[in-house]
Amino acid sequence: MSTHKLFFAGSGGQGILLMGQMITYAAMLEDKSATFLPSYGPEMRGGTANCTVVVSDKPVSCPLIYEADAVVAMNLPSLLKFESRVKPGDAMLLNTSILDQRPTRTDINVCEVAVNEIAMELGNIRTANMVMLGAVVRTTGVVSQESIEKVMHKIFTGKKAELIGLNTKAFEYWKK
Amino acid sequence: MSEKVLMKGNEAFAEAAIRGGCRFYFGYPITPQSEIPEYMSRELPKRGGTFLQAESELGAINAAYGAGAAGGNVFISSSSPGIALMQEGVSFLCSAEVPVVMLNVSRGGPGIGGIQPGQADYYQVTRGGGNGDYRVPVFAPSSIQEGVDLIYEAPVLADEWRNPIMLLADGMLGQMMEPVVLPEQRPFAESADIRAKKPWALKGYGDSDKNKAVVKSLRMQPDDLEAHVEKLFAKYREAEKALVRWESEGLEDADVVFVAFGTVARLTKEAIEILASQGVKAGLIRPISLWPFPYQAFDEISPKTKVVISTELSMGQMIEDVKVGVNGRYPVELIHRTGGIVPTSLEVAEKAREILAKI
Repeated sequence: MSTHKLFFAGSGGQGILLMGQMITYAAMLEDKSATFLPSYGPEMRGGTANCTVVVSDKPVSCPLIYEADAVVAMNLPSLLKFESRVKPGDAMLLNTSILDQRPTRTDINVCEVAVNEIAMELGNIRTANMVMLGAVVRTTGVVSQESIEKVMHKIFTGKKAELIGLNTKAFEYWKK
Repeated sequence: MSEKVLMKGNEAFAEAAIRGGCRFYFGYPITPQSEIPEYMSRELPKRGGTFLQAESELGAINAAYGAGAAGGNVFISSSSPGIALMQEGVSFLCSAEVPVVMLNVSRGGPGIGGIQPGQADYYQVTRGGGNGDYRVPVFAPSSIQEGVDLIYEAPVLADEWRNPIMLLADGMLGQMMEPVVLPEQRPFAESADIRAKKPWALKGYGDSDKNKAVVKSLRMQPDDLEAHVEKLFAKYREAEKALVRWESEGLEDADVVFVAFGTVARLTKEAIEILASQGVKAGLIRPISLWPFPYQAFDEISPKTKVVISTELSMGQMIEDVKVGVNGRYPVELIHRTGGIVPTSLEVAEKAREILAKI
């Protein structure tokens, strides 16, 4: 029996909520219990955005967390504000494309991901969040890569279907 | 059974209302429930229903009164200050015995307050802000699935009891996403069904004036009004027995018993797990119906229990009902945050230990 508690933070427009939703969706496809809790407020693009995802084999009682197995910080305010939320021994994933600072704690694993550079190398900077999503799934094992790929086919439909290839490529960057 | 889908609370609640047969929605946007009118504006017309964005919450509740009086199944929603604006209409609906399903996705107050989750509308929904003697059954889901199930059932209960039914969720439940199984579509009532099932509804005279119906709340003669209110309260006494619902766990040997509803019950369940890992036995009473309040649940508490703790997102409102339920048998304490702040499970567990240490 396992429970994963994940926290994603960054600025509006970085695809923070989509990362959380895709993991929650993938968990549902794996018949796990899952909750997705977004921050909500008057912020728009450029403001702050964060979300909490809890995935478990048993029914999730609390969608709110006080510590996370993995914290994703996509910008500096997120690193400063949420470093303390990482459970000792667990992971903090950093968007090093825009982050010069590093966590001050020494009891956590830091995973540095240059999402912008990798996304550009793959052909489209807008898939940066999928690069990070791939890193989160690989680091935590919260859901399988196959489930995320299924989710891509479920959410990118109609005109958006052409995005599947690009996003899958970004997500699968870590497979190699 | 249909397939699980991942939905945002507000959208799942709106869909459950449509599937429950609510053909009419009147609303005015307010955070954190604006996804409901948005969803209804998109979905209801396609499915043969009517969506109307009212000019205000007063407009919405009075449109609901009108459509409900004509026998339609109506769903309306708002958030705390918007529900406050509707209170006059709720009193009228109760007096005129017009069924309407209402949802409050509550936020912090008083006044316009903030937009983060709150439970400080407990008095508002259980005691009511409208005038006169009346009662409104209130159900408080703690998961999106439970909210969907309760909203689906609500139009049936509203028609059966000829009374508004209130659902109290909070901003967290409205904004979060969870996998949910949606029920089958219950067909919208047609005019003929309404004529047959709701003889009190305003459907026109028809062939003769034998079917004359009057829906009103004005009763100028005191004896007439008293008899009417007595009749309403005979109904409410029946509702107290029929509609009371709760869930409890671990009461048989608990050192501490929490009382919590809605999302707070969920984080309290996690606090109970934390306490168990520290050797403290804790139980939970989760009222699902806030009115009627499950006072009888407190009779199941073990004599060895040291304290009963009401856990709330308010300055302590439900605690008054908790004290009635406890009836002097145990000390009653409060763990709370307010203003839109939700405590973590760890915070609740730590405060419970502090309280226990003092007893």
